Amino acid sequence: MLGGMTAVTLNQFIPLPLAILAAVVITMIVGAIIEIVFIRWLHKPSVLRMVIITIGISILIRETALHIWGESVRALPYFTGSSVSSINLGGVYISSQILWVVGIGALVVAALTAFFNLTMLGRQMRACSANRDAARLCGINAGNMVTLSFMVSAAIGALGGCIICPITYVQYDSGTPLAIKGFTVAILGGLGNSTAAVGAGMILGILESFSIWVLPTAYKEAISIAILLAILFVKPSGIFGSAEAARLKEF
Amino acid sequence: MLRIKNVESGYGRLKVLKKITMHIGAGEIVTIIGANGAGKTTLLRTVSGLIPARSGEILFDMMEIGTLPPEKIVFLGCSLVPEGRQVFAPMTVKENILLGAYPQYRRKRGDQIRDDLDRVYGLFPRLKERERQLAGTLSGGEQQMLAIARALMARPKLIMMDEPSMGLAPLVIKDIFTIVTRLRGEGSTVLLVEQNAKAALGIADRGYVLETGRIIMQGTAEDLLSNREVQRAYLGRDLDAEGTM
Ligand SMILES: Nc1ncnc2c1ncn2[C@@H]1O[C@H](COP(=O)(O)OP(=O)(O)OP(=O)(O)O)[C@@H](O)[C@H]1O
Ligand SMILES: [Mg+2]
Repeated sequence: MLGGMTAVTLNQFIPLPLAILAAVVITMIVGAIIEIVFIRWLHKPSVLRMVIITIGISILIRETALHIWGESVRALPYFTGSSVSSINLGGVYISSQILWVVGIGALVVAALTAFFNLTMLGRQMRACSANRDAARLCGINAGNMVTLSFMVSAAIGALGGCIICPITYVQYDSGTPLAIKGFTVAILGGLGNSTAAVGAGMILGILESFSIWVLPTAYKEAISIAILLAILFVKPSGIFGSAEAARLKEF
Repeated sequence: MLRIKNVESGYGRLKVLKKITMHIGAGEIVTIIGANGAGKTTLLRTVSGLIPARSGEILFDMMEIGTLPPEKIVFLGCSLVPEGRQVFAPMTVKENILLGAYPQYRRKRGDQIRDDLDRVYGLFPRLKERERQLAGTLSGGEQQMLAIARALMARPKLIMMDEPSMGLAPLVIKDIFTIVTRLRGEGSTVLLVEQNAKAALGIADRGYVLETGRIIMQGTAEDLLSNREVQRAYLGRDLDAEGTM
């Protein structure tokens, strides 16, 4: 939401790619500020406490956005083509923006996987999440790694917001349902596994679309919550995760 | 190399260490022995910076480190092999070892890392065989080797080990103690905390006995080994029973 809104506003003054880039950077900085102001000084915060704090902050951001941008619905232009043009892929007509979403999504997953597995910085972040004290004993500044993880997730969130908002539109409160879906998909795929999360995302999307056959359309949004609860009760390691791997899971 | 003077520390309101004073010279193996809950781990955590010293001073290479965070202390050349290994379980053996070399990256000594990697693989050939295995799936002994290898990659001047023999079979313990002696031969200084007092005093130059947060005895390893009180309390020899036989 923040990323999308910022990009829409900036796009009035600068070209689209630059506006998106700037929105991503601005959101990243906001992410870093949030971590430094609200999280960093906490002494050994539990995950639950962090989750509650972030929910609180998300309400704060939503209300601030309401003040800045009002209630109006906005959107970025389609990256290529327009909302009525479409591309013929083997007899199926789809909007070009969908291809952008899928393509950039794939790129982000590939980039993340490479970052976490191949770079020293990515390994440092994984080490911190696996064993914070041991990471510090290796000379890694764990505090900075947490800030960095907030920045990376803020950047990905902002980029995601920018690439889908030509299709879905963006409004001051469009972040929350997306956050719930995002969380569901993350749990469904098994936390910390971005490739599986993509698969889980597809499953959720298909389930939501087909749900209107059996349920009133109004219930579409409830699907993700229902799945989330079901998974947490039945298989907390995610459908793609094995119990063995979950024991060694990195969060 | 390390000089600790009147150090006190603990958790919350609980004071565990009471006026600890000790020193370690370059090239020595010094051991700290003591019963469960004596405060051995607390002492090592304090020196390594994981918990701050409340009072007193800790000098490493003439530098006050009592208030520094662990990441700074590692850069100065003082590494801890923590109790219970604490390997990065979801990462591979090699990734674990390379993370240990992080201080070397920061010191711009990245070119030495290859040599250091060969060196620790030389010390622990088992780790090389298991390079790609997840650290969490290693056996206890292998995890202990990994924890030591990881600490060595930082090229520490002083390496502190917290109960490296815990839960290991006698043969593996022997291997690990051989390595500790070998490290001294290569110029390292070792602070070894052990429950296994007999083995530790067997390779150490000097020792300290820690009891309920106080140093109650110190001396050369031979002196401690032949001390009646140490024998009774930590070497499991019942002198009274022997005397009557
Ligand atoms: N995180 C903690 N919070 C509160 N008290 C602690 C904590 N860790 C240790 N203690 C207490 O400090 C005292 C010393 O513990 P420490 O771990 O230093 O003992 P130890 O000599 O290493 O024992 P062991 O040989 O069993 O490892 C114990 O009484 C313990 O209960
Ligand atoms: Mg201990």
